Amino acid sequence: MVMAVLNDTDLRQRAWEAASQVVDPEIPVLTIADLGVLREVEVHDGRVEVAITPTYSGCPAMNMIALEIELALERAGIAGPTVRTVLSPAWTTDWMSEDGRNKLRAYGIAPPQASNSRRALFGEQQVACPQCGSQNTELLSEFGSTSCKALWRCKACREPFDYFKCH
Amino acid sequence: MTVANIQVSETPLVLYTLRRADDALILGHRLSEWCGHAPMMEEDMALANMGLDLLGQARELYSYAAKVEGRDNDEDKFAYLRDVRQYRNLLLLEQPNGDFARTMVRQFFYATFADLYWRAMMRSTDATLAAIAAKSEKESAYHVRHTSEWIVRLGDGTEESHARAQSAIDELWAFTGEMFAVDDSERGLIDAGIAIDPATLHPQWLKTVTGVVGEATLALPKNDWMQQGGRSGRHSEHLGHLLGELQSMPRTFPGATW
Repeated sequence: MVMAVLNDTDLRQRAWEAASQVVDPEIPVLTIADLGVLREVEVHDGRVEVAITPTYSGCPAMNMIALEIELALERAGIAGPTVRTVLSPAWTTDWMSEDGRNKLRAYGIAPPQASNSRRALFGEQQVACPQCGSQNTELLSEFGSTSCKALWRCKACREPFDYFKCH
Repeated sequence: MTVANIQVSETPLVLYTLRRADDALILGHRLSEWCGHAPMMEEDMALANMGLDLLGQARELYSYAAKVEGRDNDEDKFAYLRDVRQYRNLLLLEQPNGDFARTMVRQFFYATFADLYWRAMMRSTDATLAAIAAKSEKESAYHVRHTSEWIVRLGDGTEESHARAQSAIDELWAFTGEMFAVDDSERGLIDAGIAIDPATLHPQWLKTVTGVVGEATLALPKNDWMQQGGRSGRHSEHLGHLLGELQSMPRTFPGATW
């Protein structure tokens, strides 16, 4: 693709648009922008650098996400982008967009609650079933199919479901 | 094993970082040994998840140690090309999994410590360590909750589960003191505000542990003699066996990738 030479502002805008379309490989209804994993896009001397932050330290999706960003930018005509990982400030589910929460629920995953609930030792949590909306649910396991999820079951419709843990 | 060990310049900050990285790697590896063997599927996933958190923390810490050291070591070389005497992890964390109660007690003793430790380390004057701490404390909060619930369930469960949990506490207790010990190398970092003094966390740790153990109708041992050595490379025989498995591929096929 032959591209007109873009100024840094336009290049940054184009790069952000391309990167923000990349989806989480584990939860393909959410983009990394919805998740808050995409932190910033910078342009230095015409070269694009994308900063992402891991959800969990050991999240195996991060390498995949970095690769997908590079591919998305190349497809948008941006050559040789780099992706760097930033740790601080630490990612929190509070950064997840409202749109992202709605998409999660529609996908069958209960969205995270406010992050202060994670310190409640033996704490009672109320997580609504994403299928039928009932509050009559129970925790099956604090750790679910990926690092970021717990496994719950609805006692009303009997469906098991994933809950995106607050973090 | 024909591949040579790497040499490490253990300046105080490199040593400090490697100690925490080794803690996370060794305990994470122990948890991975449960994969496919846990008493039920949910717990299999829980143990693997906690192991993954620890492995992630280890990778961040090893990468930082490599950067600080400034030689050609990297996270893989630190993990795969140091032998037993070069490992700096706590003795507690290399102890074999034993039965499920023993794994849970080991995890509970460490998680309740790590949670306090990383939360305090968020105040480190070292920006990278503070950032790693901020991620780790969020994860450890879940480990505390999960293991605490199991301690209560096992202790206040059947006669059999109670006896096994009590036996695990009795056997592992002597390894808990090392978590709070400080040597000269680390004292300098504490004085500089880079590290925090773990001894200051002991009262809170003991309070948490006593509370959960009490609720579980279990008891902490009376003895306060504590075994140390891991921080300076003097390990139990178990670590060699663990590393034999952990390092077999890169030692057998140097530089192999997939």
